[in-house]
Amino acid sequence: MSSTYSHLLSDSAALVGRHMTHLKRTPQKIIAVTLMPIMFVVLFGYLFGSSMQVPQGNYHEYIMAGIFAQMMLSSVINTGVGVAEDLNNGLVERFRSLPMVQLSVLVGRTVSDLVLNAISCVAMIPVGFLIGWRLHANPFDVVAGFLLLMLLGYAMAWLGVLIGLALRDPQAVNSVAMVITMPLAFLSATFYPLGNLPGWLRTVAEWNPVTTVVTAMRELWGNPTGLGDDPAFPLRYPVPCALVLIGVLLAVVVPLANRAYRRATAQ
Amino acid sequence: MNIAISAEGLRKRYGDTEVLKGVGLSVEAGTVYGVLGPNGAGKTTMVRMLATLLQPDAGSAQVVGYDVVTQAHEVRRRIGLTGQYAALDGELTGRENLVLLGTLMHLGRKRARTRAEELLERFDLTDAADRPVRTYSGGMRRRLDLGASLIASPPVVFLDEPTTGLDLVSRTALWDMVREQVADGVTILLTTQYLEEADQLADRIAVIDQGTVAAEGTPDELKSMVGGERLEITVRTPEMARAALAPLSSAGSTPPVIDDTGLRVSAALETGFAGVSKAAAELQLNSVEVVDFVVRRPSLDEVFLELTGHKSRTAPVGSRPPAEAERGESELEVAPR
Repeated sequence: MSSTYSHLLSDSAALVGRHMTHLKRTPQKIIAVTLMPIMFVVLFGYLFGSSMQVPQGNYHEYIMAGIFAQMMLSSVINTGVGVAEDLNNGLVERFRSLPMVQLSVLVGRTVSDLVLNAISCVAMIPVGFLIGWRLHANPFDVVAGFLLLMLLGYAMAWLGVLIGLALRDPQAVNSVAMVITMPLAFLSATFYPLGNLPGWLRTVAEWNPVTTVVTAMRELWGNPTGLGDDPAFPLRYPVPCALVLIGVLLAVVVPLANRAYRRATAQ
Repeated sequence: MNIAISAEGLRKRYGDTEVLKGVGLSVEAGTVYGVLGPNGAGKTTMVRMLATLLQPDAGSAQVVGYDVVTQAHEVRRRIGLTGQYAALDGELTGRENLVLLGTLMHLGRKRARTRAEELLERFDLTDAADRPVRTYSGGMRRRLDLGASLIASPPVVFLDEPTTGLDLVSRTALWDMVREQVADGVTILLTTQYLEEADQLADRIAVIDQGTVAAEGTPDELKSMVGGERLEITVRTPEMARAALAPLSSAGSTPPVIDDTGLRVSAALETGFAGVSKAAAELQLNSVEVVDFVVRRPSLDEVFLELTGHKSRTAPVGSRPPAEAERGESELEVAPR
């Protein structure tokens, strides 16, 4: 068993190496994933920013946690498409015929996408500072906020793996991932405070798990949370609730993805 | 006799279609076993079962003594698989692909590197080793793919239609590489749609059709079942075709036949060149004007017609090699003067 464990590490490392080589050969990928959030920052920060009112705070500080979260959500597409492509070009089939630890195909993929996510977030930090984002917390909490962000990204990568394995077609993956992540991002406190929403819509947005995660990041970074009086339960304890939510998501998606992997090639 | 691959009663059903209806085979170590059949015959399904990628609904199979279902991991350590579509990473270079697969076979990084160098050299890819695989030609990809399946020096290699879509030069090159492996003691199971390929490489052949083994034996045994080479002539009119029947019968013992077009007449050619000469003389004596003639081996269609009693389902497109390759290799065609 211990050899299985060390093989899981070495096989995953070999596959992370493969994806890192891809990234090195096509640095455009990094540009592609950072361009969209930069556009969001400009669009929301400058165009809508002037008309957005955040209770007890300023919008430029409010928006960045949302932008970071939106980046993690849209990385689902990137992961899913990559997985579907590997399925179609026969590589996964070859991997399946090797005496490697099969889980490492998925671990290698998700860890690589985590690295890509981290790179794009680091690239976004100076952009945030440029528009007036500031951190008002001790370094420990600031780092904790970024770790939470990465954890969200990692869970999204597994979701992408699951969608890619289930749909197998890069184009279908693209649109389905979009349909899943767009409402999650926009029907939440990602880009605007929920105070002005009509009653039922506000309830939906407050209970949206993405709202909990961005609120947790805002709290950790000392940015305005934009919450009104009497928010929904998870928003009163955003950090522990965010951890639980992401943990539950991983606990559901990882086994499902693993099963989908075994099924995807055994047909 | 040392058996490297054995299978018994393999069955697989997808919905209403039974793709394999109880297939069995036995392959002696150090030989090439050809599985011949048209598209959809169940060849790939069978290979994927033997390579542990697919579980049979019924039946069992062992590779080098290990059960493909219950001891899949042991089997995977001892096989190489080259599928119909070269399964390589297009963004990585040839060398990187081999090293990656070597590492995943747990050779250790250093041995994976040395082995990759050896294989690049052996498969004549050293010059292209540092180029991304997406820039490779079809033949180069197949060669690298074959190399990749040999990275851990497996005793058993499965080649699923290794030359489909390749030009003549690449096909012959790949055949030579397969022969080298066999000379080194590797057992190879090869599927193909091409009679010629099975004939060139295989020690034994199983003809499979609609999920069952229609015939099994050495290439010579199979050919004698179907008949040997045929002399085929083309004439201008159906009347002329009928007039050619009698003269052509001098080429062999079975009666000549006129094909669907009504203009082509073929006869088994049992007496070799003497038969051609005799038939030509007879045709001239009977004033049959021959527009075109070829001496050819029985086509896969004829093997099927003979062994299964029906035409292969994909006859016009899928089951014949590219025209160029076919003419170059399995036919001797001479333009009329």
